[in-house]
Order: sequence, then C-alpha cells, then structure tokens
Amino acid sequence: MMQRYDYELIASWIPERSRVLDLGCGDGVLLAGLAATNAATGYGIEIDDANVLASVKNGVAVIQMDIESGLANFEDGAFDFVILSQTLQAMRNAESVLTEMLRVGREGIVTFPNFGYWRHRLDILQGHMPVSKLLPYKWYDTPNIHLCTVKDFEDLCVKVGAEILDERVLHEGRTRTFMPNLFGSLGVFRFRRKP
Amino acid sequence: MSDIDPRSVGAAVAQRAGFLEPLILKAGKTLASYELVYETYGTLNADRSNAVLVCHALSGSHHVAGFYADDPAKVGWWDNLIGPGKPIDTERFFVIGVNNIGGCHGSTGPGSIDRATGKPYGASFPLVTCEDWVASQARLMDRLGIDRLAGAIGGSLGGMQAMQWTLSFPDRIRHAFVIAAASRLSTQNIAFNDVARQAIVSDPDFHGGNFYAHNAVPARGLKLARMLGHITYLSEDLLMEKFGRVLKRTEYGFNYDVEFEIESYLRYQGDKFAQVFDANTYLLMTKALDYFDPAKEAGGNLARALSAAKAGFLVASFKSDWRFPPERSREIVKALVASNKAVTYAEIDAPHGHDAFLLDNPHYHQLIASYVDNIAAEIGAGPRKTPLVLAASELAEMRGYAGSERSGE
Repeated sequence: MMQRYDYELIASWIPERSRVLDLGCGDGVLLAGLAATNAATGYGIEIDDANVLASVKNGVAVIQMDIESGLANFEDGAFDFVILSQTLQAMRNAESVLTEMLRVGREGIVTFPNFGYWRHRLDILQGHMPVSKLLPYKWYDTPNIHLCTVKDFEDLCVKVGAEILDERVLHEGRTRTFMPNLFGSLGVFRFRRKP
Repeated sequence: MSDIDPRSVGAAVAQRAGFLEPLILKAGKTLASYELVYETYGTLNADRSNAVLVCHALSGSHHVAGFYADDPAKVGWWDNLIGPGKPIDTERFFVIGVNNIGGCHGSTGPGSIDRATGKPYGASFPLVTCEDWVASQARLMDRLGIDRLAGAIGGSLGGMQAMQWTLSFPDRIRHAFVIAAASRLSTQNIAFNDVARQAIVSDPDFHGGNFYAHNAVPARGLKLARMLGHITYLSEDLLMEKFGRVLKRTEYGFNYDVEFEIESYLRYQGDKFAQVFDANTYLLMTKALDYFDPAKEAGGNLARALSAAKAGFLVASFKSDWRFPPERSREIVKALVASNKAVTYAEIDAPHGHDAFLLDNPHYHQLIASYVDNIAAEIGAGPRKTPLVLAASELAEMRGYAGSERSGE
C-alpha cells in the first residue's frame, strides 16, 4: 500500500460534516479517515472487486462502477467535495472525468504523481521511463496511461473551466515551494467551477 | 447424508404462528385470519437486536437453512449463506425464514381451507403484494419480540420485500440486502410473467383456479410456466456451456420427441416443479412481482419514495443476470444516493444469470460476510466465533446449479 502523503492536506481542506465523493477510492482508507476525523459522509467509487470488498471491510459505503462511464448516478452539485486521489493518471479520458467532477461537486480535489519531478526527468534523460515510489510500474505493465506535470494539469483546469483555489506540490508530505514542478513529486489541486 | 456439515445450522424445525387480527390487503380485501410457517436459526440475543429476516422469492419457502431430521436431503434453499462460519453466521445472528401468505409451503394460501366455506380458497384467495407480505412479517416479528431487525435480506422478489421493509417500517430495520432485484419490473419481465400465467390459466385442469375441488392439478401449464421461467433465470452462456447442442441420441430423429439435452433438462425441471408447487401460488407470486413499484405513489420518483427509509442498503447485482440486470439495481442505487442513504453497491461477475444469487461465489459471499460483520459491530455482537469458511470450488457451484429446485425469482 502506497503511503498517503496527500491525506493530511486533503483532511485540512474539508470542513466537518462535508459530503464527499471519492472517485477511485481504493480500499476506502481516505474516506474512512475523513469520516473518523472530519465526520464526513459520502461514497467511494471503485471498479475493482478486491477494492470494493476492502472498502466494505473499512466500513465505507462503496459503489461499484466505472468512473469513466460518467457520474450519471449523481445529480448536479450533490457533493461538497469530489476527490480524485492518485487516480487521474489511470483515466482514459481525464478531461471528461474532470468535467463530471465540476458538475457533481461544489469543489474538486485532484492529486496525481508529478511527471515533472526531477527524478522522473533524470530517468528520461538517462533514456528510461521513470520508476519511482509514486510511479512504481514498468512502462509495459502500468495502469498509468495519462501522466502529466503540474503545469500540464494547470492547463487542463483552464480548458475545462476550473478555477484553482489551492495548489500544492508535495514531496513525502512536505510542500515544495521552490521550483515545485521540479522538486515536488505529488501535485495536489483544489478547484471549483469558474463562477 | 452421513457426513454432517460443520457449517450447517443442523436439523431445522418448522414452526407455525396463527394470527386472528385481520390483515387489510392492498387490493382492498381483508384476510380475516392467517397462519405463517417459519423457521429460526441461531439465538435471539438479550436485547433482541440480532434478528435477520430472510424473504423468499417466487418459489422459495421458510426452509432457508439446515435440513430436516426425517429428510436430511431436504436442505434449505439458501443454506450456503446461513450457518456457523457462513456469511450470515448463526453464532451471532438470529435468522428467520418465513413462508409468505399466498405461498404453498404451509402458510395460508390458495390451497388452504377457507374457514368461511370449509373449502380451499382457490380462485377466491385475494391477490397479495410485497407491502402485504411485509406487514404480515412484521406481525410475526411482534410475536417473536423483535422490535427492530438487524437486517432483512432477499434476492429477486425477496429483495423487493427487503426494500419494502425500509419503507413500510423505517424504524424497524437497520439494514436491507437487496440482491438481484429491481424497484419495478421491466416491460419484458411483465411480459414473461404473463406468458407463464397464460400457460397456467389455459390448462383445462386449472378450472378457473378451483382445481382442488376437481381433484385436478394444472400440471401442464405449471410445467410450461416453470420451463419458461427457468430459461430466463440462467444466462445464455451457461446454457450453452452446460448443454450445448448435445443430443440424447446420436442422430436427429425428425420428430417432436425429446432430442436435445436442454429439452430433457427443462422438461424434467418443469415436471418436478409441477408436482410440488401450487399453480395459484405461482400466479399470485408473479402478480406480486408485477405490482411492486414503490415509486408509483411518489409520482414515479424513486428517490422520493425511498426518502422515508432509514436503513443502510447493500445492493448487489450479477453481470450475467438478464432477468434482473445490473441496470435495474443501478436505478435503485441512483435513487438511494439522491436521497442521501447509506448504500453499498456491488456488481458481481458470475456467469450463471439470475440464479447466481443462490449460488456459491467467493467474492459475493465475502462481500455479504463483511457487510454482516459491520452490522455485528454496530449491534455489539462481536467478532465471528467460527471464522468465515468459503465453499469456493467451481464443482460446488455446479452442484448447486444442478439441484435447481432452488432456482427462481
């Protein structure tokens, strides 16, 4: 299990008793944690059988469905927060997922491995696809099909009409302020639909 | 059955409860008195919080788990789910199986004697609905001293009753397991049901429902109804895999005798069913299916209909089920989400079609077990005494399928 360096930051953004939708909730620990610490309610979305079972074991209300087939189950503005944590890079159509997040949530939170992180750049310079803690897969056997840098994600926010409310680039839990797109390995964005 | 399954609840004993308080039915008629046959497994705890009601589907009964001391081969229809070390473990939960009114396994139904006339009800037995069943089940819970169920569980028509519990008695149920069900039947489903009904009512032995008086049984109609239903409870892939185009003889006979294995299988299943099931009950059950539609009284808005519920929901569907496909369950989930209910939904990858809800499937059973564990924590029933043991082998799955007495909505 990958360590959740984004958890504390996300928890700090979410007011008590918020309604939260966690897209690609994995074993549900993020939502279970938010329920315990922030009295958050809501649902996790998962496609994978083992993760659905793990989420139930963690006491999370999990709904098995494919995020990419759209969030038709959910009405406009049904949630205070829609979270997509370390899942964006595995989406076939990241743009439409982001658009759906803006529709069903008042705010969105996206975290993703920053492809612009210096170690990743170094790997490329040395002629190889990066393999790191956040990107632990070999290029030929990876669920991560849409990797991007922090700057790329900023561009996508503009394209889908998302207003960025907060933007951090972390490395092992600490915010990188100096050249974040180079020294941070995990992008964490908070945004809403442009009013 | 010389080996006693350590995961069995053991010998079950059917019990009987009589109710003299009239039951006013949704159809506007009144059942002056009635009896319910039921079985229980496990022990009701001191604060009476650990009761789980099992609602049966079209052809089910109160005999949900265990076997009969004088008939050890007669194993309950959901025995793979209920028992020590099974998903719904009887070491922590008190499980109740009940035969519904209108049934033919001992509770008051069309074949019972109407006290007013001294003859079987037959065609005069009123049509009953899921709401009526749930109302009668609640009276049985009163009798057993159970104010609030830890859960109600059912597949297909049984899942509809579990859902109805959360609407009729929101304060009397903590969790509903709605499995392979729908919030209302599709047009196609109603069509299938009517073909089944027409097969029965057009049998000359049906006598307008009063066949008991004629010492007749509309076995041909009931057999056809069952054959049709049976096809729809299985997936096309499973039928193909199990029977293919295999012939009973080596060459075509160029006649209308039984030739293909599937014909032989279906006729056998139909005959077996027609010997033990009541034609009026079959008609009544299919109508109860057709009528169920909680959204109807909320202007077609299911979310609004479900807003009365206070229970948590586990909704599950099976990918190969084309009679109650995942789309129907997703409609339920969507409405539950829209009305802010706690809901968990799983779409289970099982090849068997609608019947999958009755069969062994490790993922399905683990999911129910984990959800049950959460309920146990909620009511303070502690951890499992016997660890969950899964009957995972594919062989066991196929055995369960071949013994398709359990088959059906």
